[in-house]
Amino acid sequence: MAYRFDFQPVLAHTDLLLKGAFFTLELTAIGAVLGVALGILGGVSRAWRLRPFAQVFGVYVELVRNTPFIVQLFFIFFGLPSLGVQLSEWQAAVLAMVLNLGAYSTEIIRAGIQAVPHGQFEAAAALAMTRAEAFRHVVLKPALGKVWPALSSQIIIVMLGSAVCSQIATQELSFWANFIQSRNFRAFETYLLTTLVYLLMAIAVRLLLNWIGRRFIMRNR
Amino acid sequence: MDFTLWDIVRNLITGLQWTLALSLVAFAGGAAVGLLVMVMRISDHGLPRNLARTWIDLFQGTPLLMQLFLVFFGGALLGHDISPWAAAAIALTLFTSAYLAEIWRGCVEAIPRGQWEASATLALNRYEQLRHVVLPQALRIAIAPTVGFSVQVVKGTAVTSIIGFTELTKTGGMIANATFEPFLVYGLVALGYFLLCYPLSLSARYLERRLHAAA
Amino acid sequence: MPLLRVSALHKYYGDHHILKGIDLTVEQGQVVAIIGRSGSGKSTLLRTLNGLESINDGVIEVDGQYLDAARADLRTLRQTVGMVFQQFNLFPHLSVGENVMLAPQVVKKASRQQALKLAQQVLEKVGLAEKFDAFPDRLSGGQQQRVAIARALAMSPKVLLCDEITSALDPELVNEVLAVVRQLAADGMTLVMVTHEMRFAREVGDKLVFMHQGKVHESGDPKVLFAQPQTVELAQFIGMQQ
Repeated sequence: MAYRFDFQPVLAHTDLLLKGAFFTLELTAIGAVLGVALGILGGVSRAWRLRPFAQVFGVYVELVRNTPFIVQLFFIFFGLPSLGVQLSEWQAAVLAMVLNLGAYSTEIIRAGIQAVPHGQFEAAAALAMTRAEAFRHVVLKPALGKVWPALSSQIIIVMLGSAVCSQIATQELSFWANFIQSRNFRAFETYLLTTLVYLLMAIAVRLLLNWIGRRFIMRNR
Repeated sequence: MDFTLWDIVRNLITGLQWTLALSLVAFAGGAAVGLLVMVMRISDHGLPRNLARTWIDLFQGTPLLMQLFLVFFGGALLGHDISPWAAAAIALTLFTSAYLAEIWRGCVEAIPRGQWEASATLALNRYEQLRHVVLPQALRIAIAPTVGFSVQVVKGTAVTSIIGFTELTKTGGMIANATFEPFLVYGLVALGYFLLCYPLSLSARYLERRLHAAA
Repeated sequence: MPLLRVSALHKYYGDHHILKGIDLTVEQGQVVAIIGRSGSGKSTLLRTLNGLESINDGVIEVDGQYLDAARADLRTLRQTVGMVFQQFNLFPHLSVGENVMLAPQVVKKASRQQALKLAQQVLEKVGLAEKFDAFPDRLSGGQQQRVAIARALAMSPKVLLCDEITSALDPELVNEVLAVVRQLAADGMTLVMVTHEMRFAREVGDKLVFMHQGKVHESGDPKVLFAQPQTVELAQFIGMQQ
């Protein structure tokens, strides 16, 4: 007896899938902006050995990179309330994504900063710029340009990883997939279509980030 | 019922052993499949090359959780229910194969063209060129990133808690529910992963430095 | 019958016509020197002779084996045609001895003992028997290139292709490599070499081939051609080299 695939019971819930997809994209957008911002702070602290930030970021990076995202998420959502920090589902998801991306992008951006020739910084200093001004105007953009592809990949990894946020009932894409399959009992078809949606989102985000990179980051290369 | 700290730790250690076992199986399986995918990926022929590229893109472009669900529920469609352990092992093997194939392709492509040509000139066929000349050299530069990726495999096993495989994270979830001590329990769970992963991260960094020092 | 015959050979890279109908014959035991400017197609021609570059039209015949655009038994061809490269291309993960032993063991299924003996013989021939266990990165460029020659000789080729084999060497190391090639020629090895060593081509070569814009522009006895080039292009080229 061959199984008969039936996607109709899933397609009937297209609106829910779209709603979930958009929420995943929103989470990713917020997570990416804040995560990369955190990564810039961490990256420059580590690259320029700014005490005590370099040490603090060093510990943070190791803690995050050597533990699973889902455990970080559970710790934030279930564990932090014992310290009196009660976050909603989406807040916990965003915080976990920002912390996770922040740690990876700290290391990526640090490598980018170190790849900018030191002479660039010295030239800026010779023009009487402060360290902060030199970083902002001379170092940051070339550094981001050098690691933009790696940073883009990491953002996509975080987006795909956010699928586990359904476990704390964040209403992103996989949450709605779980919901739909619990109604229609078509688990395989539901997850297959959901996987396809994730794939399309990954492709779209990659194209968008490539465009952003070409348009704003790597323009001068 | 009261849990002592030792009860919690003891249970978590049991879970940790399953995490370790799954990581080892996934890594070994992923390496075997990944080697095959890598060889296809660098093939002269379009068909195997495109198949391998699609394989890599699919697994790198979709969530591990979805891959896990598809294996878990897909197995049921084929007529026999598949245990969470089997689904976890299969899905993580496939996931790992895609990433290792891509990492290793990079290492193989870092070997100068002249090495392929010199061995071709000596009448070695493509497989022999790969086996005797290119792979031994690629292996040297592949070790550090491969060890580095093993950290991702260990962390990836945590997702299998969602389909009910009682590894470390799932065990932690059950204990947290029973003890009402989520802060402590998830802290310990994180510590467990850290103890597995940090030595791997350190070795990867050490190996990389040593390779660059030698070059 | 010539050992190697090329007729009406054409090669394109995309729209770029690299080889425009090459005809060439090489007799058994002949030393052929191919000269010409960079971009004249001389290296490409050499690389087509053992299938490193595919061809678009024409025929290559080596010792009775045919090679054309449609089919090529490269495995057999390459056991007949050896090659030495400008950049040596020794295998860095293998010792000198292992570099030489690899192909006889893998391709010709020689036993370890046979391969070992063979390797010692050919390394003796290039004067590097004592470097058997050394690794390539411990050798000078000249020594590396002599190992590369030994490695090719271990397959007992009927023709040896040499692609600018002294161009990457420091000037003081050129002669030790040329001395080995000179000895090979004296032993009767058939050699086809792309080279910038004009004096060597004149002294050792039996035939000179001047490539210009993808064609054999002039060819013949090197002593005659160097003394009286028939075309302006060759005269200019020889003039530039001196």
